[in-house]
Formats: sequence, C-alpha cells, structure tokens
Amino acid sequence: MSGNLATVSYIGATILFILSLGGLSNPESSRRGNLYGMIGMTIAVLATVFGPRVTMAGIPWIIGAMVVGASVGLYAARTVQMTQMPELVALMHSLVGLAAMLVGFANYIDPAASSGLTDAEKHIHEIEIYVGILIGAVTFSGSIIAFGKLSGKIGGNPLLLPARHWLNLAGLLVVIYFGREFLHAAPGEGMTPLYVMTVIALLFGIHMVMAIGGADMPVVVSMLNSYSGWAAAATGFMLSNDLLIVTGALVGSSGAILSYIMCQAMNRNFISVIAGGFGTTSGATPVAGVQPAGEVVPISATETAELLGESKSVIIVPGYGMAVAQAQHTVYEITKYLREKGVNVRFGIHPVAGRMPGHMNVLLAEAKVPYDIVFEMDELNDDFPQTDVAIVIGANDIVNPGAQDDPNSPIAGMPVLEVWKAKTSIVMKRSMASGYAGVDNPLFYKENNRMLFGDAKKMLDEVLVALKAA
Amino acid sequence: MSLMIGIPREISAGEKRVATVPDVVEKLIKLGFKVAVESGAGDAANFSDEVYRAAGAEIIDGAAKLWAASDIVFKVRGPTAEEVGLMREGGTLVSFIWPAQNPELMQQLAAKKATVLAIDSLPRTLSRAQKMDALTSQAGVAGYRAVIEAANAFGRFFNGQITAAGKVPPAKVFIAGAGVAGLAAIGTAVSLGAIVRANDTRAEVADQVVSLGGEFVKVDYEEEGSGGGGYAKVMSEGFLQAQREMYAKQAKEVDIIITTALIPGKPAPRLITAEMVQSMKPGSVIVDMAAERGGNCELTEPGQAVVKHGVTIVGYTDLNSRLAKQSSTLYSTNLFRLAEELCKTKDGIADVNMEDDAIRGLTVIKEGNITWPPPAPKVSAAPPAAAKATAAAPAAKKGGHGKSSAPGSATSTTVTFLVAALMFWFVGANAPAAFLAHFTVFVLACFVGYMVVWNVTPALHTPLMSVTNAISSIIAIGALVQIGPEGWIRWLAVAGIALTAVNMFGGFAVTQRMLAMFRK
Repeated sequence: MSGNLATVSYIGATILFILSLGGLSNPESSRRGNLYGMIGMTIAVLATVFGPRVTMAGIPWIIGAMVVGASVGLYAARTVQMTQMPELVALMHSLVGLAAMLVGFANYIDPAASSGLTDAEKHIHEIEIYVGILIGAVTFSGSIIAFGKLSGKIGGNPLLLPARHWLNLAGLLVVIYFGREFLHAAPGEGMTPLYVMTVIALLFGIHMVMAIGGADMPVVVSMLNSYSGWAAAATGFMLSNDLLIVTGALVGSSGAILSYIMCQAMNRNFISVIAGGFGTTSGATPVAGVQPAGEVVPISATETAELLGESKSVIIVPGYGMAVAQAQHTVYEITKYLREKGVNVRFGIHPVAGRMPGHMNVLLAEAKVPYDIVFEMDELNDDFPQTDVAIVIGANDIVNPGAQDDPNSPIAGMPVLEVWKAKTSIVMKRSMASGYAGVDNPLFYKENNRMLFGDAKKMLDEVLVALKAA
Repeated sequence: MSLMIGIPREISAGEKRVATVPDVVEKLIKLGFKVAVESGAGDAANFSDEVYRAAGAEIIDGAAKLWAASDIVFKVRGPTAEEVGLMREGGTLVSFIWPAQNPELMQQLAAKKATVLAIDSLPRTLSRAQKMDALTSQAGVAGYRAVIEAANAFGRFFNGQITAAGKVPPAKVFIAGAGVAGLAAIGTAVSLGAIVRANDTRAEVADQVVSLGGEFVKVDYEEEGSGGGGYAKVMSEGFLQAQREMYAKQAKEVDIIITTALIPGKPAPRLITAEMVQSMKPGSVIVDMAAERGGNCELTEPGQAVVKHGVTIVGYTDLNSRLAKQSSTLYSTNLFRLAEELCKTKDGIADVNMEDDAIRGLTVIKEGNITWPPPAPKVSAAPPAAAKATAAAPAAKKGGHGKSSAPGSATSTTVTFLVAALMFWFVGANAPAAFLAHFTVFVLACFVGYMVVWNVTPALHTPLMSVTNAISSIIAIGALVQIGPEGWIRWLAVAGIALTAVNMFGGFAVTQRMLAMFRK
C-alpha cells in the first residue's frame, strides 16, 4: 500500500471517529456511533500495518501482540460488572498513558525517527517526545491511583501532604530544567534527563489524584480521559502523524468538556477540584455552618411500601450507594410494579451521582429501566412539589438542601435535587454518616423526611415483598 | 332600608330549577336582605311554599306582584320579554343572560334602566370568583346526570363482575371534552366501575383526566387547543382529520359515548358522524350534552332520546332540571356568594362595585347602560403567555447542555484572547513549517471535538468515555510503525501494541455492551 493510500485511509478513519463521537449524542444513534468507531479503528490499523512504514517481518509480532491484548480486553469487557465501569475506564486510561510512554521512549531510541531533520526540527521533535512522555506518565500513574480509589484498594479520602502546592511547583520546575538538559544533551546521553522527568511525572500523577476526594472522582475520571487524548495527540506530533493528532485532540477535548460539565454540576472550579480536597481553598468553614436541628424519623420497609402503594407520582434519586449495594435490579422491579399500578415513577439523575459521568444512567440501563423515564436534574427539579414520594437511594450531597440555604456550607451553590419539596422524602442509608463532602445533611432532619436505615439492596427487597403482599 | 330580593317561578318549559332554596333564604336574610318567593316557585325542585315561609321568606301570589315588589330579582333562565315588562324600572336582575346570543334581551333590559348581572359572564379564571361560578356548578351536575342517563339507557352493568352466573365485562365509556361537565362525567363513570377514556383538544387537562381515574386518549397530531380563559378554540383541518380518525376508532370500541364539546359563541363541533354511530355496537348509548347548541353528534335530536342504528342517542337539553334539587341548591349557593360580594357591609344594600374585577365582569348592564363586553381582565392575559415562555425554554435546552455558561466578563474574555494571540505568535515565530501544518490540524480538531461532544446527552457520558477511550488506543499506530528488527525498540513497540489492543478491543466491546442496554 502506498503512502498516499495510507493517508486517505487515515482521513477516512478520522471522519469515522468524528461521526462516532457525534453518534453518541443520543441513545438512538449511539450504537451506530460505536460501530463507526470500530470501522474507523480497523481501517486505521490495517492502513498502518500494510502501509509503507511496517515491514513484513514485523507482522507476526504485531499479530501476536494484538491477539494477547485483544483477548485480555474482550475478557475484561465481557466480565466487568456495570457497577465497576469507573474502575475499568480508569484502568484503560492508564494503559493509554503507558503506551504513550513506551512509544515515546521507543521513538527516542530509534535513530531512524530523527534522521534527516534540521536543527530546529530536531529540537521540536525532542520537545514533542519529552512532552509526550510527560503526559503519558501523568496519565498512567494518575489513572492507576484513580483505579485504586474507585475499586476501594486505596482509601477514598484526600491525602493532603503539607505544602503540596509547592511540591507540585517544584516538580514542574525540575521537569522544565531537565527538559533544557535533555535538549542540549549529546546524542545518546539524553536518557538520564528523560528518566528523571518520567519519575517526577509519575509521582506528580500519583500525588495529584491522591489529593482528590471520592466525590470529585467524576471530574478526575473525565480529566484523565482528556489526558489520554492529549497523550495520543502528543505522540502524533512526535511521529508527524495527523491521524493521531486529530484523534487525540478529539478525545482530549471531549474529556475536557466532560470535566467542565462535572465541575459545573458541583459548582466548583476546575482548578480547585484538581488542587484537591474540600475545605482547603476557602478555609475551615464547615465548623461555622449551622448544625441542623430536629429529629430524624426512621421508617420501616413495610411502611415505605404502603407509602409507595398510595402515591400517584414517585421520583427515585439514585446515588453511589445504589451502585455499591447492586440494588439497581430491585429498584427496577419496584418501578415496574408501581408503573403497572399506574404510578408515575421517574428517576432523577444528578450529573455527578456515582463515580463517573453518566454512571447512574448505565446502571439503570443495565437493569432495563427505559431511558425515557430517566431524567436529568434540570428536567424534573421543578416537579418535586407535585410528587408524592421522593426516594433517595444511597445519595447524600446531591440532595443536600444546605447547598441552597446555607451560604457557609462547603457545597453552597452546588445545584441539588430538591427532594425535600416532595410531599414525603425517604432517604435510604446505612447510617447517619455524612457524604464524601463531609457535610451534615439538613434533609434528614426535615419534617417530611423519613430515614430507611440499612443496606439498600436488602431494604428494597423487603419493600418489594411488602408491595407485592399488599 | 334593606332591599327586597324576589324569586319568581321559572316559566320556561321544562325548567324545574329555582334560583334560591330555603337554606339560602335564611342566609340572605342574615345579610340584611328581605326575600320574597313567588308561590309555587320551588315546587318542581321539591321545595314547598311552607318551607320557604319557615325560612323567613314572604310568599307572593302571581309573577306580576312579585316582580313589582322586588328590588333585586334572582332567576335561573334569562327573562322573557313579558318578564322584562313586569320588571321594575331601575331594578336589578341576576340570572343567566348570554349577552352575546341575546342582543334583543339586552336592549329591552337597558330600556328598563335595569342593572343586570349575568352569572354566565363571570370571569372564571379569577380564583376568587370560583365560588360564584354557576356555569361550573351546573355543568358538574349535568355531567353527573349524563352518566346516569347513559346508565339508564344502557342494558348492562357499568362495573365488571364475576358472578356465579358468569363474567360481566366492565362498560367502556368515552368522554369527548374534559371540561367541568366532562370531568364530572369521568368521575361518576369511574365510580360506577366503568373503564373511562377521555379526550380534549387542550393537552393540559390530561393530568386531570388521569387524576380522576380516566385514561387520556391523545389525538395523533401536534396542536395546542387552549383558546384562553380555560376554553377550547377551533382547531385546524389537519387536527380535525386526526381527531375524526381517533373518534371513529373509539366509536368501534366503546359502549357509551358522552360528548361535552362546546366552543364559546360557536355551534357545537360535529364530532360523531352517522357512520360512527353505525359502527357502534347495538345497544350502545350516546349522551350528547351539547344538544342545545346543535349537538356533537350528527343524529342528535335536541330534547329527545332516540334510537338510531340500534344506538340510543340521548339529546336531553334539561339535564340540570332532571336533577332540579341538586342544581338549585348549588346555583343558589353561587348566587348567595355573589350577594355577599355585593353586600360586604351586611346591611341589605347591594353595591355594584365596578372596580372589582369579578363584579365588573358580571355586570352586563349598569343602570341602563350596556357595559358588556368588559375590558379584558388583567390577570387572564398574562398566564398563557408566561406558560408559553416556560414551555419554550426547556425545549430550547433539550438535547445538550445548552449554550456554554455565562461567557464571563468582558475583561476576562479580552485577557483570554490576548494570551491566545501571544501563544500563536510565539508558535508562528519559532516553529518550523512542518510543525505548523500539524499544529493547524491539532487546533481544528480540538474545535471539531468541542462541537461534536458538546451535544452529548448526560445519560451517555459513560459510553462516551469508554468509546473515546477505545478511540484513544489509536496510539497503537505509534507503536505499529516502530516494529522493527532491533531488540529494544521492538519489545517496547510490542508491549505498546498489546496494551493498546486491550483498550481497543475492550473499549469498543464494553461500549457495545452498555449501549445495548439502553432502551426505551
């Protein structure tokens, strides 16, 4: 295959990738979007393999590596639980980061890659290698830590080192210094600065994600998504490959938009999320916040069932707790039962519910909840006053009225689902512990609120049994 | 000196209602009025003269004497020409008038220098006026009675039963028009155990239908039928076509049709054609509540119940008189509330306060001057417009995240542009041409990504991430081109290919798996 043919194949692949992302904009066209992505990827890989830059001798190696990777990937895709999606996505980001690092190193070692370049071009090329490895390393280590946090292997609380902003700054300066060294190094001696930079970048990635709290995870996951795109784009610059640049930029900006949307949903600024933990940017305000007063009224599963049976309209607000308890199937059973009885059941999804953008939607889809009764926060927040029962399953901060009423609350100004405006709200929770933001929730003390304590799955099973018995 | 309220006997044929019942007589007297009732006025509604007398009313024999004695006359139906003749010069009349349909009557009353409050001209959208809304109270009674008439003419149970003698299916009732009468009919039919469906051109009543236990049947055509003031308007031809199809389908399925469709100032819309009647099961019943205004059914004969094509078509125009006691009680309560509004001082003197929105609307003639139609009340104009605005806003937002949030202050925009310009200048001044070509592609691709992804619905964020993740394994190409003969590089490349292959296959496969789960 000639170079020109490979280039037009790349253009075709680029178009297919753009169509793929475009197709994901609504559920109807999304399956087609995914298909476009697959076709695009196939074209790109085949065009490269049969293109001018790969020799016949390399093909067995390629096939071998592909088969190994593909079987691992397909196995993971088949067996992963939908509740574990955030972990899987984070892990996959780390692979992209690692691959970017490897490609960068290989490119630096390969003498053919930089032969025939002028001085300025060589400098640019080296900067590209340096930056590509840097981004790849940050993506890799950051994603590994994110994976650890999401899967519970590492505690969810932010780890705040003293003077951590200074540490980051120092790291950045060292990286820049070694960047200079790297550019001016004699041929073959550039490895040392490259290694030092890689280690610092890896540490930086670890440090950055360690400092971020569990509730901010959606931002982190989408940010790492974005990084993996930039890593691909940097690799594209390094290899002078437009397909990589375009695809990387697409993925990078897509991830950036998602991070931005997640930040909007929490009313937080991107920098402050990345800079880490709650209560660090604005001083120790949580203490100053008004302690909610009043009584917490518990309710039993049977009473919940009665309440649901008598209602005409119900809104269910799921949170991470539903994912942890694997309760989505029972939730759907209850929904189905109530809908058959003519009760208007809907789901209200907060943009940052769960640990990944759109996490709840995927779980509900897995449980076969039709997506036209699943609504975004903005779509149904005004309907709570006409709702008989609002059920909160394992969510806390996203239904905290303090975000609206209490200017001193650390989550003040964050848009929340106004469940307390329903005639009755029921909160399912294991205990009275506060959410990831560490903020007490005045909702629990409201007069029209009831608490259903216990494991969400177990409690919902009991509710379902009681409903069917009634 | 307190005024005398007179209640004449209704003289229209078949009218059995009376404008004031004994209970209300007592309350009017407490307001300071004196009450005179024509002998026999309440007979048809089972209120005898004795009961009125016991309540404190004066019984007067003969219409002429009563009209002459009364300062204010409470009536149900609008007065006939003879009655107007009996009326005292400068007197006050409260009754149904329908000023738009009866211009002659208006002239006669004006000539008498009368003050006339037309209970049908009440501004119904004022929530304060609802207690006086006789149209609503009478329509509710009529709706109830329509179901009773249907049940009477229908040969089966309304509710489904399983008895030793076999299974009885529930009756299916279709109600056209979910106004007050329609809603009352829905409630009554549901409580009798029937399966009830209803339709209305005004989409906002769907919830009310459902709340009463009915099922709202949509016309398969997009058009909003609210004509302001809570009434329906005339619909377009395309809509009417779709509506006819829906009615034809319902006619074949249901046992009972009750039609209540009226458009103000227009003949009743023809909803049920002769063919539809023919297509109904024998023994079915149609109750046409719009019979007085021409009927919603082509075969309706106003005032009568007829059997055509085996279907009983009830076109009674006196449904309220068929429930005279209930209708009278509610109507007289409406009038009493009006009397309260007129006489806030409780001294038996009526004050027609034209500053009051409700009273202003009611008053069609003030001391001989025709004051109808009233200027549009301020309140009723605003809400529909506001509702439209709110309806439009979410529509515009649908699909994505709307416009990017506030574009920030002018200064921050300027700074952003300056920084961007500086960066571009730096790149342009230093970078070689080959790099610039790639840089161009890069910047444009960022924008394409931004445009494409901005519209993604939040529900698909996770699949989007996993698909972008799969796509970012395009980095495999970087590894592919480095597969070479030499040891180190080859091993790095092979590792890179294996890693990205995990992503490539796993990412697409898991996305596929997720997307397959999204269903309507």
